[in-house]
Amino acid sequence: MYTFSNKLKTVSIALMIIGALGVGYGFMTSHKSFEEVETILTEEASHHGGGHGEEAAHGTSHDAHAAEAAHGEGHADSAEEQVDEHTKHVEHVQHQIANRPWSAFYVAAFFFFMIALGVLAFYAIQFAAQAGWSPVLFRIMEAITAYVLPGALIVLAIAVASGTIGHYNIFIWMDPEEVAHDKLLQGKSGFLNMTGFIIRGLIFIAGWSLYRHFARKFSLAQDKADVNDNRNFKKSFRIAAGFLVFYIYTESMMSWDWIMSVDPHWFSTLFGWYVFASMFVSGITVIAMITMYLKSKDLLPFVNDSHLHDLAKFMFAISIFWTYLWFSQFMLIWYSNIPEEVTYFVTRFADYKLPFLGMVVMNFVFPLLVLMNSDYKRIPWFVVMAGIVILCGHYIDVFNMIMPATVGDRWFIGIPEISSIMFFAGLFIFIVFTALSKHPLLAKGNPFIKESEHFHY
Amino acid sequence: MEASKVIHAIYTDDDVLMSAVKRVKAEKHHIEEVYTPFPVHGLDKAMGLEPTRIAIASFIYGCIGLTVAIVMMNFIMIQDWPQNIGGKPSFSYLENMPAFVPIMFELTVFFAAHLMVITFYLRSRMWPFKKAENPDKRTTDDHFLMEIAIHGNEKELESLLKETGAVELNIVEKEAH
Repeated sequence: MYTFSNKLKTVSIALMIIGALGVGYGFMTSHKSFEEVETILTEEASHHGGGHGEEAAHGTSHDAHAAEAAHGEGHADSAEEQVDEHTKHVEHVQHQIANRPWSAFYVAAFFFFMIALGVLAFYAIQFAAQAGWSPVLFRIMEAITAYVLPGALIVLAIAVASGTIGHYNIFIWMDPEEVAHDKLLQGKSGFLNMTGFIIRGLIFIAGWSLYRHFARKFSLAQDKADVNDNRNFKKSFRIAAGFLVFYIYTESMMSWDWIMSVDPHWFSTLFGWYVFASMFVSGITVIAMITMYLKSKDLLPFVNDSHLHDLAKFMFAISIFWTYLWFSQFMLIWYSNIPEEVTYFVTRFADYKLPFLGMVVMNFVFPLLVLMNSDYKRIPWFVVMAGIVILCGHYIDVFNMIMPATVGDRWFIGIPEISSIMFFAGLFIFIVFTALSKHPLLAKGNPFIKESEHFHY
Repeated sequence: MEASKVIHAIYTDDDVLMSAVKRVKAEKHHIEEVYTPFPVHGLDKAMGLEPTRIAIASFIYGCIGLTVAIVMMNFIMIQDWPQNIGGKPSFSYLENMPAFVPIMFELTVFFAAHLMVITFYLRSRMWPFKKAENPDKRTTDDHFLMEIAIHGNEKELESLLKETGAVELNIVEKEAH
């Protein structure tokens, strides 16, 4: 049995409180009036030494605005048009500044939710594949997946709130005014509408948490069952297979809904897989890190360094898989250079060069070189170090997917971003370790548990 | 070199072989060679063989392959004749790099794999028309053979090997090579 240590509980609650304060500060300071934004822009313009050209370069996410800005630049002969152009530009920037705390909150919420969902998929795969090495880690995975339900509801709630309470701060297709003059959005409104978005989201969440609920229930029931009574395990096996089919469809659709639709003019066919790889590798990394934390407290005598080796191999392999998908998506679009698709990467290259390329180093080059050696995969502090870099890298991955569409070049990793991470990290730790402390850490009824305890690579 | 005597102990079970190897090692006899029809898991550890370094060699070959790919394409596509092919930016290697990545990857794998296999052949002395070094044909089917050099301790060795469960003991004159 694990008891949630008071120290960790205090840390998680402190993280939540400090995070919440920071998030509140972010929301309070993001409401700039027209005049304030105007002064900010003039100050920036004097710093850059640029005049009107600056404005045209600013047109980013909202394609329509960008086109208008470029148009205005060409015919800026009459003073009236220039004033109109100026107003539009200031309003655009005002909107971007207001979007920032929303997007920061959303990115962090999605990042922690995707860890839990990735672990849920990994857990189901272990059952469906009847893996012999992993049953000693099942209770850790079950505890992490406890975050799926609250995490997913929070993500959906933020998404919906941004379109109802907020001023369409994340998804512009939620804005009826925007849709009214946008033919492309009108064409997609059969899929991208609020009702459909909410219903689909609830179906996804219901499916995932139902699987999680029953898998956990059968796993606990198996502990109490007779030695030769494997009925609960068989049920787990069947629902895991069914869930994986459901998961791969819903995960894909979820990635269109919750991420790809922030850029509603853009689409990519392997996007679902790409998001999947990201959540899968972060999930496995978190399993490895929590395992090592508990192991360092001597709570997991049945976990040996071969288990750690296998987890590190997964971290290594799925990092490369993620890179493969990232590069496949990027290279196909870069190579053909079709204007309607390539804007996605043009904005990222123009305004997000450091996070965009830095994430490839953190998610690929670093794990490739660090986790290639077989001996290093057995050294806990080495794997933890690699894990921290991988997790930071995948946070930036989500950041790169959401931010360019909402705040454009007004991004920074400052108070709103870091406090959002702290808030959700606190919540994640609190929920996961509470779930962990409810039942023994060894799923002793599992028919593969003996094999797993003696697992040796 | 002069001919030396070796003893061939034959076993019919890999578990018996493993415990025999451990026993012989514990008695501080040097095992010259063990012939088995299939890989016996853990035999190398029991014999105290050093771990292989072929993975390190492979990593180095992969780096060489990557370098070959980069140098080759940089010369051909960027320096020698930087044509405009379908609007691809051939001004510098970095600008056109995504297009080269598939080749960089494949050549890395090609070098790492093939040179590693060739290294393996060289190090384990395998090539076509090589004379097989098999002391007993049955070791390719279902028998295991342990070879130990004799230094005037025939009787002692024989009784030790009998104890470990050897089904057959042969003393062979062996050409040292």
